[in-house]
Amino acid sequence: MRQMTYQEAVREAMSQLMREDERVFLMGEDIGIYGGAFGVSRGMIEEFGPERIRNTPISEAAITGAAVGAALTGMRPIMELQFSDFVTIAMDQLVNQAAKLRYMYGGKASVPMVVRAPGGSGTGAAAQHSQSLEAWLAHVPGLKVVQPATAYDAKGLLRAAVEDNNPVIFYEHKLLYGTKSEVPEEPYTIPIGKGDIKRAGRDVTVVATSIMVHKALHAAEVLEKDGISVEVVDPRTLVPLDTELILNSVKKTSRVVVVYEAVKRGGYGAEIVSTIVESDAFDYLDAPVVRLGGKEIPIPQNPELEKHAVPQVDDIVTAIRKMMRKA
Amino acid sequence: MPDSVSAAADELYYRMWLVRYFDEKVDEMFAKGMIHGTTHLCVGQEATAIGGCAVLRDEDKITSTHRGHGHCIGKGADVNRMMAELMGRATGYCKGKGGSMHIADVERGNLGANGIVGGGIPLAVGAALTSKMMKQNYVVLCYFGDGASNEGSFHEAVNLASIWSLPVVFLCENNQYGMSGSVKEMMHIEHIADRAAAYGIPGVVADGNDLLEVIRVTDEAVARARRGDGPTLIEAKTYRWKGHSKSDGRKYRTREEEAEWKAKDPILRFGSTLLASGACTQDDLDRLQQRARADIEAAVQFALDSPMPDIATLEEDVFA
Ligand SMILES: Cc1ncc(C[n+]2csc(CCOP(=O)(O)OP(=O)(O)O)c2C)c(N)n1
Repeated sequence: MRQMTYQEAVREAMSQLMREDERVFLMGEDIGIYGGAFGVSRGMIEEFGPERIRNTPISEAAITGAAVGAALTGMRPIMELQFSDFVTIAMDQLVNQAAKLRYMYGGKASVPMVVRAPGGSGTGAAAQHSQSLEAWLAHVPGLKVVQPATAYDAKGLLRAAVEDNNPVIFYEHKLLYGTKSEVPEEPYTIPIGKGDIKRAGRDVTVVATSIMVHKALHAAEVLEKDGISVEVVDPRTLVPLDTELILNSVKKTSRVVVVYEAVKRGGYGAEIVSTIVESDAFDYLDAPVVRLGGKEIPIPQNPELEKHAVPQVDDIVTAIRKMMRKA
Repeated sequence: MPDSVSAAADELYYRMWLVRYFDEKVDEMFAKGMIHGTTHLCVGQEATAIGGCAVLRDEDKITSTHRGHGHCIGKGADVNRMMAELMGRATGYCKGKGGSMHIADVERGNLGANGIVGGGIPLAVGAALTSKMMKQNYVVLCYFGDGASNEGSFHEAVNLASIWSLPVVFLCENNQYGMSGSVKEMMHIEHIADRAAAYGIPGVVADGNDLLEVIRVTDEAVARARRGDGPTLIEAKTYRWKGHSKSDGRKYRTREEEAEWKAKDPILRFGSTLLASGACTQDDLDRLQQRARADIEAAVQFALDSPMPDIATLEEDVFA
């Protein structure tokens, strides 16, 4: 099958959806001729024109609120927050408006919109352009939160997000844009709320999201040489969460490490761990559950410091070795 | 030429070149992969950076933007420590943690560059509030771009400064583009300065490539602020010669337009004024320009010779 980058996969999903449904349109800063800060919408304005590839002023609150309003009245907007860090400016519209309107209206309206948000560190853009803020959004009832790790997942999940009748936060990772995987040409949907076993294993389950899926897979290869068999589970969607998939894996391996890039404290990993501990999978555990997350610091610019701010392959390997020795 | 400018002419001319060479050097170093991360260069905007800060006293403060190297130099920063910061060194202004978009030189009243468009505008208002409440009589010069003037933070902050009559000068560097969005597409008014009317404060349009004009209008606004008469919105029309940041094909504008603006080079323009007024000879100008170039080369060397931050510093400075 043909290989495609994550960036191309998101673009192909958007283009296919726009061809099929005139209610779907794009809105965001520099998404027109510039092609978006990360080139995701490159070339789309040539096909769809400026009415549907809508360049906006630098006005995140207004863009987000306008997406809510358009969604309420029958459109299916996909908006880009140039960097996920700018969600802070759009927070009122997302949290107080998008997430709640349907419930407050007694189910009489819905808000089918998608917020594409590039996040994560590793580019040297430092503290205000490198955050992973998905846990904030996952905390709010009424928002769905998706974090695809591969090009294949990105294409299928974006379709699901646009077809969903709720606001969906589509968290992309900047360092994943250039990564490739096999992606079918024809449209397909990956249901929101369905995780994926990225690698099967016997001894330990690593639950990893976004870029950490790749680091976990790398760690699994290293550990295979030690005779440790690692299963890598990618929830793909934080809200709703595929708890069944995670719990089944934990019951199979009896050990679990949860890895995410966002700051460890108050991060989504705690939610995953609690879900395991509160369930009957708890009885299967042979070792304390381990969480690996970003340090409790803003992301620094210096590349070495930056690397040390978030979990790396070695950290995963070390944590698993330690766990296996103890058990 | 005003006397105050004549007296400081050498220094102003030198600093404009310092800004130009700093950013050209950074451009070159990025291309060579010597700097990690991102950067936004202010080549072409030297008059607003240097002219705006020229009228400030040491105790006055500025807030800056993601395109802040010029403002930083304008407020008197040491280019060695700036270059070290861009290269992530321990000797940098932020110990290698901030990088280009976050340089701050708090000792000299530079409250920092800002990676969030419009993020610094309310901070400037708060700093001006301190000045007023503590009767410190300093003024805050708030730099921001045309694009930032579309953010809610701009409107909310200017309104607050206006109703409280705070000593702040809002200096919009209208360089015609916010990334790829031109002012013609992104706002339906001709002058950003016209927005002042909505908040009941003076709005002034200035030629942002004319150092003397920037100095004149900023001086007036600063004096007004210092008298307790409140904020002014200045719009200085200028142009950024380079792309928005390192990977910008500049497809949203024409090479002809760029050439037109390059012909209005603010440094050469000030140089001609100095020659015409007899304040400097061509030799003087050449010497100042050479000095700036040499100082930037030395800054690169300083940065290269500086140590990387110790990994042990990673978790320092989160809390006071
Ligand atoms: C809140 C926010 N939105 C978007 C961005 C991305 N961004 C950085 S600079 C910039 C353009 C800013 O334009 P302007 O204020 O005119 O300043 P200029 O770059 O022209 O100096 C954009 C969109 C950002 N850093 N912060």
